[in-house]
Amino acid sequence: MSNLSINLPGLKLKNPVMPASGCFGFGKEFSDFYDLSELGGIIIKAATGEQRYGNPTPRVAETSSGMLNAIGLQNPGVDQIITDELPFLGEFDTPIIANVAGSTVEEYIEVARKISRSEQISAIELNISCPNVKEGGVQFGTEPDLAAEVTRQVKAVSDVPVYVKLSPNVSDIVSMAKAVEQAGADGLSMINTLTGMRLDLNSRKPIIANGTGGLSGPAIKPVAIRMIYHVYQQVNIPIIGMGGIETAEDVMEYLLAGASAVAVGSVNFKNPFACKDIIDALPETMNKYGFSSLEEIIGGAHR
Amino acid sequence: MMKREWMDILHHEKVATDTYQMVLNGDIPGSGIRPGQFVHILVDDNFFLRRPISIADVDEQAGTLTILYKVLGKGTKSLTAKQQGDKLDVLGPGGNGFPMEELKTKRALLIGGGIGVPPLHYLGRQLVEQGIEVISVLGFQSKEYIFFEKQFNELGEVYVATNDGSYGHHGFVTDILPGLEGRFDTYFSCGPAVMLKAVSKELTGYDGYLSIEERMGCGVGACFACVVPTPESDAKGYRKICRDGPVFKPEEVVL
Repeated sequence: MSNLSINLPGLKLKNPVMPASGCFGFGKEFSDFYDLSELGGIIIKAATGEQRYGNPTPRVAETSSGMLNAIGLQNPGVDQIITDELPFLGEFDTPIIANVAGSTVEEYIEVARKISRSEQISAIELNISCPNVKEGGVQFGTEPDLAAEVTRQVKAVSDVPVYVKLSPNVSDIVSMAKAVEQAGADGLSMINTLTGMRLDLNSRKPIIANGTGGLSGPAIKPVAIRMIYHVYQQVNIPIIGMGGIETAEDVMEYLLAGASAVAVGSVNFKNPFACKDIIDALPETMNKYGFSSLEEIIGGAHR
Repeated sequence: MMKREWMDILHHEKVATDTYQMVLNGDIPGSGIRPGQFVHILVDDNFFLRRPISIADVDEQAGTLTILYKVLGKGTKSLTAKQQGDKLDVLGPGGNGFPMEELKTKRALLIGGGIGVPPLHYLGRQLVEQGIEVISVLGFQSKEYIFFEKQFNELGEVYVATNDGSYGHHGFVTDILPGLEGRFDTYFSCGPAVMLKAVSKELTGYDGYLSIEERMGCGVGACFACVVPTPESDAKGYRKICRDGPVFKPEEVVL
């Protein structure tokens, strides 16, 4: 019998599979399809200081083996998330990770302080990598000094461990990872989407109203694997891996590269049962490749 | 409650230029589908996002539902290759549809544009069953794009407009509306946003319902891809088209 459990800072996961932020809302819709307690954890949609409407529509476009999105961090604001969304999630036997976003360091601090004090929250995913907002977001995720600064400040106010979500839209992902590790990050979450664009041949304009969008789905999986593989060799904090995971085999590939757990994103749109299907298939898949625990797989490509 | 199901394709045919009709069999049709709801279809493994397609008719006893779709891109183009006997990955029914129990209408006006026409057919059929008088105004690009005129004729009076004048009235559906003044108490419209906007403006003061089209992600209300803004008086500021809609009162949303 395979052991699927894994302990990470602040997180006792019964299995390594969590829905990724932004692809699962605040869980309610997917609870119609299966029991959310089956999940390793849930990474909820980004919270900002105030309510945000986000970008104009269209906000999504399909691509080869993936999709572009530019939602623009639409959310009801941290206070309302705490009062309206977290109590429902607290009913399930699974850790909840809050994705924290902002335009300024002050906003990140405010959101992190508030949400980390909620009893339902076990950890924070610090979103310094959203490519779809004009201010903040990714600019904190592309300059190591800024990334380290916001990490340090959020760590100082957070009651729970902080996983920093890295952007792939950088020339040197390892230096970003090292900078946030030195600033006190408890873990890394990688990767966010890759910035992309699609044009409509009739209108001759971008399909997505925002112009650019974040590319996700199987198309970006090799990029994420490469980045995790290189970062794993250079840092000592755990990595939550994400980008195009659709199957239990994909999960194993992430673990071999160096991830300790994974987040499953846009495939939830294609198959609302995706996380459950992957979790169900994981023991047999591990067994097929001769593994009985996650520890044996994690970082296996480096041994 | 939405279900994911492999439905059997019982029938698939071209009914007008770029427009296809498909009849699907399975459990979803027996789940109490309301007019205005949609199914979210995965064409095949070459596509990453599902396609939301509105339901044009339901036969609960036979376990079938009918959809009509227009070829607008690669996904719908690939869908045309599906044949009778094939199976299709369907998630549905999605959204809320028209609030049938709350309707106070005695005389209904249906206004459809292009591939927005199909959901009005199932609505019209249910309205007629309830003894409500139905008038339909249907707009198409040109004669060869027209479908379901016969089916709507069975429900009541039908007016057709074509953009190029190749059939019926030369112009838009909104040109026909002033002539119908006083002959209806409630309108129901589905079509492109620009048409819905014009219709709701023209029919200010009437009780109305609009069914909105948009590119969707998840189709279940989780991803916030298909939102529509609400008037400033609404604190929430948005509605999810897939989950809260796709049917809205015109005063509820800003088009």
